[in-house]
Amino acid sequence: MDILIDTQTELGYIAREATLQIAEDLGMSEVDVDQTISFYHFFSQKPTGRYKIYLNNSVVANMMGMKEVIQTFQKELGIRFNEVTSDGLAGLYETSCIGMNDQEPAAIINNRIFTRLTPFRVKEMVRDMKEGKDIDDMFVADYGDGQNRTDLIKSVVSNNIRKIGPILERNFKPGQAIEKIIKMDPEEIIEEIKKSNIRGRGGAGFPTGLKWEFCRNAPGEKKYIFCNADEGEPGTFKDRVILTERARLLFEGMVIAGYAVGATEGILYIRYEYKYLQQYLESILQTARETNYLGKNIQGRKGFDFDIRIQFGAGAYVCGEESALIESAEGKRGEPRDRPPFPVEKGYLDMPTVVNNVETLCAAVKVVLNGGEWYKSFGTIESTGTKLLSISGDCKFPGVYEVEWGFSVNDMLDMVGAVKEDVQAVQVGGPSGALISPDEFNRILGYEDLATGGSLIIFSNKRDILADVVLNFTEFFIEESCGSCSTCRIVPTLLRNKLTKILNARGVKQDIDDMHEWGKILRASRCGLGQTAANPILSSLKNFRHLYEEKIQKNKEFDSGFDLNAALKEASKATGRVSII
Amino acid sequence: MSKPVIATTSLAGCFGCHMSFLDIDDRILELIELVEFNKSPIDDIKKFTKKCDIGLIEGGCCNSENVHVLKDFREHCKILVSVGECAIMGGLPAMRNGIPISECLAEAYLNGPTVSGNEEKILPNDPELPILTDKVYPCHEVVKIDYFLPGCPPKADLIWLTLVALVTEDELQLPYEVVKFD
Repeated sequence: MDILIDTQTELGYIAREATLQIAEDLGMSEVDVDQTISFYHFFSQKPTGRYKIYLNNSVVANMMGMKEVIQTFQKELGIRFNEVTSDGLAGLYETSCIGMNDQEPAAIINNRIFTRLTPFRVKEMVRDMKEGKDIDDMFVADYGDGQNRTDLIKSVVSNNIRKIGPILERNFKPGQAIEKIIKMDPEEIIEEIKKSNIRGRGGAGFPTGLKWEFCRNAPGEKKYIFCNADEGEPGTFKDRVILTERARLLFEGMVIAGYAVGATEGILYIRYEYKYLQQYLESILQTARETNYLGKNIQGRKGFDFDIRIQFGAGAYVCGEESALIESAEGKRGEPRDRPPFPVEKGYLDMPTVVNNVETLCAAVKVVLNGGEWYKSFGTIESTGTKLLSISGDCKFPGVYEVEWGFSVNDMLDMVGAVKEDVQAVQVGGPSGALISPDEFNRILGYEDLATGGSLIIFSNKRDILADVVLNFTEFFIEESCGSCSTCRIVPTLLRNKLTKILNARGVKQDIDDMHEWGKILRASRCGLGQTAANPILSSLKNFRHLYEEKIQKNKEFDSGFDLNAALKEASKATGRVSII
Repeated sequence: MSKPVIATTSLAGCFGCHMSFLDIDDRILELIELVEFNKSPIDDIKKFTKKCDIGLIEGGCCNSENVHVLKDFREHCKILVSVGECAIMGGLPAMRNGIPISECLAEAYLNGPTVSGNEEKILPNDPELPILTDKVYPCHEVVKIDYFLPGCPPKADLIWLTLVALVTEDELQLPYEVVKFD
């Protein structure tokens, strides 16, 4: 992966000759390298221009005015998506959610993030590009808050931390937790984690203590700790904030996990979108190494060796699935593995591996410092502790909120300054979660009710739920499917076609029934992405069925939606004639 | 009582399904006793002369004429059956669906390695030729289809049993041999 990323960064694309060279040096076949390149959307096999502009196509970006931004880019540069200007100046591309939902519309240009774009700003930027300005000289606004201002990041991204709890609190003293654990037995730590009842914060909610224990007991010469910082679920951005503001806390979480399960190497897998944080994170690791909080015989504890390396992804949502993430870190296509065996038995390089979410590892540090009982004092019985929520959409204060589990959607709306009477729907847990309507706003966030990885998107009455939200989410799943299972490769496209047909006023009742039935087929997919790919449709059918029913034709039982004129258009144009029948 | 009327056609197919239909061998004599044929290559009637009970469609829709014929069938037949892979899924012709039709035409008539002559770079443009659709469509994406007979081609016995069941309105029996495909 690193070789490919470097090649892409240096040359702007991965040329055929480069592929051949890489294949030869690694002793692999050309197609093996090719299939990895073609899997990730930040790799390209054609020149991409000196400025590579990736515009976010997520639902919130569109809500915040991305359409005008796109139009301005296209007009000013004279190109459409997936094209490069004839002088090789700039290339324009679309990309899935880049984790900036609280400051859309946003773009990534040459690995730097630009937020809150406006058509005016776009014109300025294109002018700067034409003048050949360095990307770092193109920022006109002040840098963002907190660590975003440091020389190692220098980014306009804002943290937007709105509420602080036990995880985000400021008084964390680096090293404290590590000094404490080296006096404990690994089993004691696992016991404490189990007592805290903390569950995986990525969304699936597997008990962390159990995971560590399985890995500790699994035989293997070497063990690995992975931190999953791939947060690709549209609407999630809390890990970005932790990485920016509490990176040291996270790294200590990895060290603790390493000590507890007997691992010697940690790998932080970060999505490519956060490449702008690389230097900063490397420097924190370096400081930890210099002070012996990483490295050999950590803090004088003989035989306690642990180091961390950073692995970047290259743009693929499915890599947030733990086995796909491991495949990707091994330099392959990020396709989920069959299970069992689980990663705790056979993970990275077939060795026992723990994969934990960023937030889980941070919470583990606090559990070690303050005890499992303390941790249980937050949240509910089934969902202990706090949760970082990434809240965006139609509200006054989008950003990151740390709240105790057991919070209701209503409380949340009050907290973020949403105009309640005007809220039409809330998407809980990103596209793979649930779209809920106001009569369910009293439901609570927690594993026992609305489980969530933390993404909450608010939609006001002026939004068209089907056209703007459900269609966008379904297209996201089509785009991000790895294509391994036929269910997930095919069914979302069929569902999208049905939905488009309904939106084009050609739908009939049968289409609604079909969508409902076909959506269930996806349950047979191998990984979570496939299994939940129909959720935008199924969940909106459940809670917003009237929106579908309003749009279908009442007087017709069947309509194939076929349009002969449209189907003939291209061949008519090519042959220069029109149909006589 | 008058006999049920059957019509058949081959759209973007290879006539293999019709050949399979003829594989019912001497049962065709029994069939003639049971039904009457209208528009079909079997009796070479070109245009519908009356309403039909059953229409058998081979092949999907790859051009304007296919769509026209299929709609004509839907109008004239009470029951429409998609017969074979091409009618159901587009089949082999649908292999072009991933390629824009203008590229297909250019490859076939202008740039392909086997193209010779055609110095004037003409794409076939006789007004009588049907115009190709952008993709090959399975029949049910164009009109409502009532039944589907899978296979490439469906076995003669499957076609036979289906027709008998439709005509006699008895329940269709499908022994394993008839619906296994390897």
